This record gives sequence, structure tokens and C-alpha cells, in this order.
Amino acid sequence: MKRKWSLLASLTALVVFLTGCEPLLVLDPKGPQAARQASDIMLSIGVMAVIVIVVMVILAYVLWKYRASKLPEDYEPPHIEGNIWVEAICVGIPVLIVAFLSFVSVKSNYIVEATPEAYEDQEPLVIYASSSDWKWHFSYPEQGIETVNYLYIPSDRPLEFKLYSFGSITSFWIPQLGGQKYAMADMVTTLHLAADAPGEFIGRNANFSGKGFAENTFNVTAMTQEDFDEWVEEVHETAEPLTEDEFEELLDPGHLGQMTFTGTHLEFSPAPEHNHSSQNETKEDLSGHEQHETHEETNHNNH
Amino acid sequence: MEFFQRFAIPHPSPAIYASMVAIALVSIAIVVGLTYFKKWGYLWREWLTTVDHKKIGIMYLLSAILMLFRGGADAIMMRAQLATPEAKLLDAQHYNEIFTTHGVVMIIFMAMPFIFAFMNLLVPLQIGARDVAFPRLNALSFWLFFFGAMLFNISFVVGGSPDAGWTSYFPLAGNDFSTSVGTNYYMIAIQISGIGSLMTGINMITTILKMRAPGMTLMKMPMFTWSAFIANVIIVFAFPVLTVALLMGTTDRLFGTNFFTTGNGGMDMLWANFFWVWGHPEVYILILPAFGLYSEIISTFSGRNLYGYKSMVASMVLISLLSFLVWTHHFFTMGQGALTNSIFSVTTMAIAVPTGVKIFNWLFTMWKGKIRFTVPMLYSIGFIPLFTIGGVTGVMLAMSAADYQYHNTMFLVAHFHNAIIPGVVFAMLAGLTYYWPKFFGFMLNEKIGKSTFWLLSIGFVLAFFPMYITGLDGQARRIYTYSESTGFGPLNMVSFVGAALMAIGFITIVWNIYYSFKNSPRNIGSDPWDARSLEWATHTPVPVYNFARMPQISSSETFWDSKKKGHQLFKGEYEEIHMPNNSGVPFVMSAIFFVAGFSFVFALWVPAVIALIGIFICMGLRSFEQDHGYHIHVKEIEETEEFLGGAK
Repeated sequence: MKRKWSLLASLTALVVFLTGCEPLLVLDPKGPQAARQASDIMLSIGVMAVIVIVVMVILAYVLWKYRASKLPEDYEPPHIEGNIWVEAICVGIPVLIVAFLSFVSVKSNYIVEATPEAYEDQEPLVIYASSSDWKWHFSYPEQGIETVNYLYIPSDRPLEFKLYSFGSITSFWIPQLGGQKYAMADMVTTLHLAADAPGEFIGRNANFSGKGFAENTFNVTAMTQEDFDEWVEEVHETAEPLTEDEFEELLDPGHLGQMTFTGTHLEFSPAPEHNHSSQNETKEDLSGHEQHETHEETNHNNH
Repeated sequence: MEFFQRFAIPHPSPAIYASMVAIALVSIAIVVGLTYFKKWGYLWREWLTTVDHKKIGIMYLLSAILMLFRGGADAIMMRAQLATPEAKLLDAQHYNEIFTTHGVVMIIFMAMPFIFAFMNLLVPLQIGARDVAFPRLNALSFWLFFFGAMLFNISFVVGGSPDAGWTSYFPLAGNDFSTSVGTNYYMIAIQISGIGSLMTGINMITTILKMRAPGMTLMKMPMFTWSAFIANVIIVFAFPVLTVALLMGTTDRLFGTNFFTTGNGGMDMLWANFFWVWGHPEVYILILPAFGLYSEIISTFSGRNLYGYKSMVASMVLISLLSFLVWTHHFFTMGQGALTNSIFSVTTMAIAVPTGVKIFNWLFTMWKGKIRFTVPMLYSIGFIPLFTIGGVTGVMLAMSAADYQYHNTMFLVAHFHNAIIPGVVFAMLAGLTYYWPKFFGFMLNEKIGKSTFWLLSIGFVLAFFPMYITGLDGQARRIYTYSESTGFGPLNMVSFVGAALMAIGFITIVWNIYYSFKNSPRNIGSDPWDARSLEWATHTPVPVYNFARMPQISSSETFWDSKKKGHQLFKGEYEEIHMPNNSGVPFVMSAIFFVAGFSFVFALWVPAVIALIGIFICMGLRSFEQDHGYHIHVKEIEETEEFLGGAK
């Protein structure tokens, strides 16, 4: 046992040494959603550490006290069936812990699935983030611009990412702003994020999507609203418009650098927003579906 | 020539050519060896046609160890590639194939046969039966597993390995994105061995319900038998889902259906749901028998009865029910909304309660015991803290909002290895060491065994604990390389060192078997560990009929009662014993399954149809066969019992 403890101690030391220089990305949040998730993580690490320590202490005590080499030769262990009270405690305490963590978990679910709390009074910026093998296309419908593999966002403003994919399932993830969500071909998912201050972050596709998966990353720059507006203007002055043919070429499997266009691909290749199985649905179905979705969204915002 | 081109590997590398040569050489060596030593007849009579649960168990065991090394070779290549930033050992395609086959081999072809090995070896002995309920079906189960495993394993030298991950998510696994035949191998090889698993499930449930010795009520069954029973109930409910999902995946790939495609009304999310409706219960199919083994071992080496037998059973029943209610936690990030995630978050965390009860029961079993630090006990002691860490990180992952940050990262990889290695692999090695003398007649060396334990434990901690940290630092899983600026380098190097230690540990197991075979004494008696349950009450090696007379059961520890409390285990005279005949049909039929599977992989319809007809002919033969088994006469039983050390 001793060897194991010394090993654990040295490992901890190593970890502190290796990671001491810089905080871990997920535990270094720069937005409200990531902050909520980081605090959940730290809370659960704390609670879980207590459980692990309790189990280890009981184990070490039992092993030390009842090891055969220490007990008399003729010691016969007793027959013990079990004790209702002891077992009730063994059930009761975990139930309480799980109930507490469940409460936190459910509460957090509704927080991360809604507009960040501190920014509820502002209109969110909607950005469509779509993936193709192995790049990200970011469309800003309000601003009428589109970028490839890089993302400029205003800080201090809620962001609503509409995620979908032109191929296999990918997962849109900016660890310092918040957790990930899948982008899929037959459905649009929504991820609510916000950046508290200007800064640069890394983002990536976290879900395995084939040969080019490792390099499927993008850069995120958060800036003040003024800087963002300036950038938008600049793009409108300098960038080329995105044509349908050019977009088709961009979709070919491979890697691309950062690119900027005016206009978005949504105009000629809309997101699969309301068609779970578009082939079989009539127009009426679609509109019904749409109403339903809007209804859901209003509900959502009320939370 | 064009016909043969389809069998070429799409991404050849020197390592694959070397493997081809090695496979060819080993195959030739086996054939030449068998011919030279005139062992073909022996192999056919004693092994290929056997229906004896003990021999089938041993064949499962050998296959599992073989596959452990196959999957382990994949693992060490992955860790070597990731040990340094921007390493060039493997390219992306090769890396993708390796982590895919690592996952499939370790879960389906290593862990599953390992637990089936112990179920086969132990369940009939623990309940005092002569064999399983359907011995020939049991042989068919094994051979289907075996040929499924072989079909999967030839993929990397014929046509290319699957490369869409062991979860094989569509549309990535569909024809549009996985163009090689690799995923066909995945769909069909797992299907073939999955049919075998389903049959084992039915077989074991029937055996346990119908064939218990007189006096053994359900609540007097040894704990391993209870765990096997519940695991097999889960198999019977979970595996049909996999069967159907694989079939749909196969028709998508081979016949152009649109179940999981993104167009024409297909839905890729359906595959993920099907996969995990099977996949999560699968985890408990593996872990419950492991819990059963730990219960037997901890009880034996603490010299005490298992604490809280009833709550142990109740917690397993509860786990088996909950295991079907948590699958969505594998994709909290799919966008199903806060309500759905909340429900699955709570059900997932709820599993911690019965699991916690089990941990405390093991601790209380050791309490007031007389603990002997043997190799099987060391694994069980190491299991408790390490598995607790794996369990509590599971609770962390169950917090769905936080899971958005853990999902698809090394944190998750660390968690499930932390649950499976101390949970399942340690249990299998503990069981291997504990039951080795029962089936092979000699003990494994304790000294080598202890060094194996320490190599594996230290290796495990070094290999997997750093992943928790790199995961929280943003290292996604399944990336084949990373840049130096990410800072993942040093911790990945630590992981590689740990993996290397584990590799050495696994090699010492083989060394231990060889060394003990050469040097261990053979006069160990039938109860070398001073054990408690019924499987130790018969001779070593176990005679073909298991028990000469039916044991009389007093409690879940009948054998202990007979040693300490004067319980009379065997009463009455010898009677004629009825045993099943050997049969070559299961082997032949499974071999035809292999041919059919291979033909389907490459869409060779003529041989596929011929092979399918062959399968039905085998089934027809069995239906019309008159085989009533054979009888062992009293005189023969007396002679055997005399030879094995006298009647008890």
C-alpha cells in the first residue's frame, strides 16, 4: 500500500508541476456558460474527492487492522449477515449526495441551454456555424458576411450559434466560452455562448469526423462591439461576394486557411432548420412544424 | 486481376506487410506442428467438437488472452504516436483504424469472451450441474464468437480495417464517408459473434433457472452465479437491439437503404440511439460478472461470508434496470434540450447508489476478516480505490451541463478506462489467477503474479490519470496528433510510459503461465485457497461429469459449511450419469458463417448465397438428428473417483 501512496503523491506533484504554469482551458472560463460549467466541475471534484478519501481511509484501516499476519493463528472471522442500519446509511448518504448533485445538474442544464443570465436584456447575435470535411463556415446573416475557419465575435453580448453539418456529425467547441454541441446534417442545434471580455480563444470540432479531424480547428477573437462593427464594415469594403459555385468548391474534403466573404451561403443553401425528414413532409406540415418550433423557443426564453 | 484488387489494403504500410508475413508464418507453423505431432485427431475430438462447458470456457479464455494482446498492440501504437507532439509514427488514416479496432477488439472480442469464459467455467460448478442447459448451443455460441473475431481480425490485411470509431457513428460510417470495406467487417463480424452472445444469454439463464442442485434456492446461489444470471438477462434484452442496428447498418452499406443516411428520410441520430441502447447495458454485462468474481475472491481471502448478500443481489437487479434508462448520457450534446438531459442526468447518477452499496459491502466483508494478500486479493484491493475513482468521475460526467465540456475529450477516455481496467480487466486477471489451479491443476507463481499486479496498477495510474488533466485542458479524443503549443506533450509522454509498463505487465502474465507450467508443484489438492463455494467441492482437475453425486445445498457457502459445520455435501450411492455427445456441427456451421460473412463484406453474392444455404442445411441436420447422448456407468465413475483421490 505504501508504494501506492508514494506513487500518488509523486504523481500529484508532477501534475502540479506540469500544469502549474498555465490554468487548464476548461477551468479558465472567459464567458458565463463556461464559468457555470467550471464551477460545476470544481464542485463535483470537491464532493467526489471526499468520497474517494473516505473509501480509501476505510480500506486502509480495514487492511491494516485485519491483515492475517497480525491476527492470532486461531482467529476465526465471525459470520455476519448484514445490518439493516449500516446498510441504510450506505444507501442514505449516497442518495443525499446524488440528490444534491442532481439538483445542481438540472439547474445548470436550464442555464446553459438559455441566453446567458447576465446578458438577457440584449438581443443575441445569431451566427450559423456549419462544418464540412474538415472546415468550419461561419455565416453572419444579420451582417451579411461569411468566414471560413475563423470567428470574430463581439464581447459582452449574447451569442446564439446555429449548428449544422454538411457531412458527418461534428461538435462545435470553444472550451473557454462554454461546452460543445453537435452539428448534424439533418437538424440545426442551438448553442448559447457569450464572451465576457475581448480575447483570443481556440475552437475545434471535438467529434471524430474522419481523416482530417485532428486539424479541424478554428480561431476565435472576441472584441468590443465597436471593433466588431468596424470589422464588419471593413469586410463589406474589401471581401469578395460568396457565389454558389465557389461555396460548392469550399465544401470539397480538405483543409483550407482562413477566408472571408460578403453574403452568406444561407441564401442559396439554407440550413436544415425544420426538416427532420424533409422528403415526406408537405408544405402544411412544414409550417405546422415551424409554429411548433417558434412556440418552443418562446417557452425556452421564459425559463 | 481486377477481381483480386478489392482485397488489397487501401493504406498499406510496412507494419501491415510485416503482420501479413507473420500471420502467414504462424498459420503455416500451426499446420505443420499439428501434422508433425499428429495432433489433428486430438484437436478435433477434444476441442473442436467438444460440448463440455469447461473446455469451451478454456477456449474462451485463450481467445480472450490472444485478443488482449491484439488490442494491446493497437493501444501501445496509439500511445507511442501521441507521446510527442507532431509525431510521424502513424498517419491519420492508420491511427483512425487502430483506435477503431482497439475499441472493438477490447470490448467485443476480449472482455466479452473473458466473462463468457468465467460463466462457462464456473456457473455449472457453482450450481452443481453437469453442464449448461444446451451444451451444443453453447459450442455454437463459442464458435460463432471465434469466427466473428477471426473475420474482424483479418480486416487489416484483407481489404482494410474499419476506421469510423468503435461507436461507428453514421453518416461517417456510411458509404459516402467510409469507402473501404472496413465498416462492412465491423457490421458483419460483430453481428456473427453477437448472435453467439445472445445464445449464451438464453443458455445461461435456462441453466441457472432450471439446473440448480437440490436445496439451492435462488437466494442460496453463489454471488458470481447471481451476477452471471443478471448479466445474461441484460444480454437477452440488449443484444437484439444491436442485432437490428447492425442489420440496418449493413443494408445501408450493401443494399442502398436509407436508415442512417442524411438524405431520403434517413436519420443519423437513430444509429447513435440504437448503439447506446445496447452499448450502455453492455457496460454492465461486463462489469456485473466482474463484481461477482470480486465478491467470491474478497470473501475467500477475508475468511468471511459476503457481507450484505441480499443488498448485493438487490443492487445488481437495480443496476440492471437502470442500465436501460441512461443511454442518452452518451450524447448529452446532441441538442435534445434541458428537460431530456436532466432526466438522463438524474438516472445516470442514480446508478452510483447501488454501486456504492456494493463497494461498502466489500469493505465490510473485509472488516473483522482475516485478510490474506494473495495475487487475486491484491487485484481486488487495488480495484476498490481505483474503481471508486472511475465511478465518481462517472458521476461528474453525468452532470450534463458540465458534460458539454468533458464530452469527446481525453477526460472521458480516462473515465471509461478507469472503470473498465480496474473494474473488468483486474477482475479477469484476479479470476484467472484464482481459478487457474481448479482447471489446470497447478498454481500460478505468486511472486511473478505480484509483480504483474504492481506493473499493471502503476502503469494504469500513469497511463490514464494524466488524461483527466489533458481532457480538461482541451485535448479532444481520437486526434492523431497535436501541436507543441497546446502543451499536451509532457502528460502524453507520461501516458506512454504508463502504457509501456502495462505492456510489460501483460507480458509477465504469459511468462508466469510458462514458468508455473514448468515449475509449479502438481499435488495441490482440490481446494488450494481454502475457499467457500461449491465449485471447490469437486476434484482438481474437474472430471467431465463435474460431481459424481449431486451435492446437497445448505447455503450460498455450502462447501464452507461442509468443511466447518459438518454439513454433509454428498449423500447416497453413485448413479449412472447421462452426458451429451460431442458434435462437429457447431464448428462447421460457424466456419460456414465465416465464409458467408466474408462474402457479404466484399459483396460476393454467389458464395454468400451458397454459404447461407449451408447454414440452413446445418440447422436442418440438427433438427432431424437423433442424439440422446451417452451414459457414464457406475463402475467408470468409481474408477475415476478413485483415481482422482477417492470419494468424498
